Amino acid sequence: MGLVLTMQLRPKLVEYGVEAELPAMVGIAIVREIGPVITALIFAGKIGSSIGAELGSMKVTEQIDAMEVSGTNPFKYLVVTRVLATMLMLPVLVVLSDAISLYGSFIGINIKGVTSAHLYWDMVFRNLSFGDILPAIVKTYFFGFAVGIVGCYKGYYSSKGTEGVGRSANSAVVLASILVFIIDLIAVQVTDLLGFN
Amino acid sequence: MTTYPEIRTHRLKEHLSEEVISVRGLCKSFGNNKVLDHFDLSLYRGENLVVLGKSGSGKSVLIKCLIGLLQPDAGEIEVLGQSIPDLDHEALDQIRVKVGFLFQSNALYDSMTVRENLEFPLRRHWIKVNQDEVDHMVMDALGNVGLAHTVDMMPVELSGGMRKRVALARTLILRPEIILYDEPTTGLDPITAGEINDLMVGIREKFQTSSLIISHDMKCVRMTADRVIVLVNGRCHANDTYVRLAASIDPEVHRFFE
Repeated sequence: MGLVLTMQLRPKLVEYGVEAELPAMVGIAIVREIGPVITALIFAGKIGSSIGAELGSMKVTEQIDAMEVSGTNPFKYLVVTRVLATMLMLPVLVVLSDAISLYGSFIGINIKGVTSAHLYWDMVFRNLSFGDILPAIVKTYFFGFAVGIVGCYKGYYSSKGTEGVGRSANSAVVLASILVFIIDLIAVQVTDLLGFN
Repeated sequence: MTTYPEIRTHRLKEHLSEEVISVRGLCKSFGNNKVLDHFDLSLYRGENLVVLGKSGSGKSVLIKCLIGLLQPDAGEIEVLGQSIPDLDHEALDQIRVKVGFLFQSNALYDSMTVRENLEFPLRRHWIKVNQDEVDHMVMDALGNVGLAHTVDMMPVELSGGMRKRVALARTLILRPEIILYDEPTTGLDPITAGEINDLMVGIREKFQTSSLIISHDMKCVRMTADRVIVLVNGRCHANDTYVRLAASIDPEVHRFFE
């Protein structure tokens, strides 16, 4: 993401004579928006579909019923654990993804120029404030919650056999992705209201 | 081990005093499809009761109502003296520990080994049991079904009959007072089905359980039943021993014994 974004932005910035601001612009774009949203969408595709398919197949093979008749609450055992896992792990993934993207951007900048690592990271972090990082991390918890809960819901209420399992996995990805955009939109408004922008 | 209905029925008369499951006027519909229509049933302690009915007659719906997996539209269901539809989740879980359920599809957790499948209910209910005791109980339960050597295998590595036995071992591990069998021999070859039938009879003898068996396999019915209920159009059409029902001239009953 960082590499591509840098290569796309560079010509325009060169045209306006502000090429030196490239690390700052890319840094803000990645940390505030692109990193969390793109990572959450990939997460929805991989983890949301996986949860939907796993719980869906457990439902149609009566494994969830078996859990219930053995006196175990399947909601606590299957749903709560997965939703907590997605909420806790997505922010970690976003931080990792941001770091890799920023490193990719550093490579992109050095493809058509020479910028030292020290100068690059200094420019990235000098232009990032607490108000850029905190809301971006907080919203990823909500993204994680949305991916987890949608995957579990679609899987848990799966029906119509194996066809239903496929449909659950598919609709989990679609719905979770839409929710990521909606939460992002709300997060921007809330961040603005709280004066973080 | 093959036992005969006449002998079992004779012995059973001594035990027909305590009702462990009582169903009165049970009704259950799915949309316009009335599956159970004022169905009555009594299961006594130590008894093997078979509910016989053709496919789609509501047999599985009946036992799912008994264990609280489905909510009835009307009627009373009492299991071990507790009214199932009125129980909250916690009380229902307490009852479910005393009632084992063998699913038609076995419902083994396919991401867990056989050992983990059997440990699962123990870990949920007997948290204070140490690992040595758990291992002993797992091996004991598997030994009861003759599959101790499969303990570290995955369900996908087992044959249909072996999966059924493992599912039975998982049902037995909590030492239930009642076992509900949902079509236990469906999809099995005649030899394996016979072994499962022997196992069901043996379990009753060894653990003094009461069993409700849902089936349309007449060999299973003959080998396991102390008493048979014939389910027709959602109602209890006939209720008697296998031998008497086999001699019945009622056309609805006779169809099963042809």
